[in-house]
Amino acid sequence: MMAVASSATAAVNPRSGTQLPLRLIVRISVIAFMAVVIQESAISQVSIFGVNADITPLVVMSVGLLCGSMAGAITGFAVGLLVDLSLVQTLGVTSLLYIVIGYWSGRLLELRDPAHGLVPVALGAAATAVSGGGMALIQFLLGVDAPVSLLLVQQILLTVLVNTLIALPVYELVRRVLQRALPRDPRRRVRRAYTTGVLSPLHRPSERLGGTRRTSR
Amino acid sequence: MHDKQVRRRRAVLGLLVGASLILLTAYFGESPTSPLHAVQRGIVAVLAPIQQGASTVLAPVRNAAGWVSDTLNAKSQLARMRSQNARLYRELAQYQGAAIQNRQLSQLIRLDRTNNIANYNPVAADVIGKDSSLWYQQIEVDRGSADGVRLGDPVIGEQGLVGKVSTVVGGVSFVTLLTDPSFAVGAEVLSGASTYAGVLVPQAGNPSSLLLTGLNPQAQISQGQEVVTSGFMDASNPAVRSLYPPGIPIGTVSNQNTQDSLANNQQVQVQPFVDLGSLSVVQILTRPTPTTQRAQVGAG
Repeated sequence: MMAVASSATAAVNPRSGTQLPLRLIVRISVIAFMAVVIQESAISQVSIFGVNADITPLVVMSVGLLCGSMAGAITGFAVGLLVDLSLVQTLGVTSLLYIVIGYWSGRLLELRDPAHGLVPVALGAAATAVSGGGMALIQFLLGVDAPVSLLLVQQILLTVLVNTLIALPVYELVRRVLQRALPRDPRRRVRRAYTTGVLSPLHRPSERLGGTRRTSR
Repeated sequence: MHDKQVRRRRAVLGLLVGASLILLTAYFGESPTSPLHAVQRGIVAVLAPIQQGASTVLAPVRNAAGWVSDTLNAKSQLARMRSQNARLYRELAQYQGAAIQNRQLSQLIRLDRTNNIANYNPVAADVIGKDSSLWYQQIEVDRGSADGVRLGDPVIGEQGLVGKVSTVVGGVSFVTLLTDPSFAVGAEVLSGASTYAGVLVPQAGNPSSLLLTGLNPQAQISQGQEVVTSGFMDASNPAVRSLYPPGIPIGTVSNQNTQDSLANNQQVQVQPFVDLGSLSVVQILTRPTPTTQRAQVGAG
């Protein structure tokens, strides 16, 4: 009975194989919704260097970097869908791009567990570049009549620059909101074991030993 | 255990990507009256009050950020504004004389283009949202079908044409800006006593510039001349008329005499009057009334 209740209120965390707590899911949902509303109501109406900042890819990147690839991909899909729905855009375009951003941010956490404080800045720039460039590519594929102009490239680069500047505050804000609901504090870096692939289960002895307790004979 | 996780992760990823592609394909092939679009409009109607509230609450933050941004831009604009101010003073003296003459002539031929705007039942609307991507040039305003707004209604700002209504939901509407790739409007260049008519379209890939195409190759057009909506009305059937009132300012000619290689027509670049990046209030011209009149101006 308890297992049924648990599966109904939690999702699997791909990082550790444990269940994502319900409060973490709720907090991610609130962050995603608020990000879209604030983006459309305020941030998109403020022009910086002639372009608008876009916090939605940064929020998706932050969730991926804090919670793992599966949570990142699902958040990316949800945020993208909400953006497309609320702005009456072609459904699925933004979702597709944000899935990529969320998933690969999460994979970076799972494979490398980056500890440097400027990782969110670099990843924010990459996420915005993927968002801008990917949107251009999909629009071209869908047949929108717009040539590749220098101005278009310039606008994408300026957006990347502006988003890079705000990536760290956005990440910190998301981290603070999710911090208490996360299974572990993301600031405490897990010591990397001797491995070339995913993080070795050596730092989780119980898993290495198949969940059995060692007993002395 | 690890393989199971990998399989699960790949399955979820495939599911999400598949769902996105299905949505994209279904939405792209559907008409605006299809179920998917209806669902989208329903969700917009649900989200609209939240956005309106958020827009009101976040207005001080938005204004403060806008002020900082404007201050940063102000220095670079100062020199340009000074020279523009001097030019405007000179032009003002000329226009004051012309205005007196124009008023008298207008009364004679019963042409009052400014009153045309009032005849189109303008509805003032606040901008409550904006699309920040380069690909969808649109804004969201707090007036909808409940206020008499309909699809295709022209939208104007303080300085001129802004765009047209592209989506209407109960209390909100989406306005496609005149820089959106899907926008086009009949326009004419005011060149002294002559006017040259063409079709105004956005310059693809450059959201700050427009292109007036289909102009007579012999048209004498020079930089700085004003571009306004041309409008039209079939004299034999007054019901057949342009949605856009004539004479709404759009912008000025910023670059002339580029040749349309396909149609052998002249086309000119137009710099819009309205700063589409900082719109806060617009007017939606909800319905042309039967009293709306159009002067028959011959294209040059």
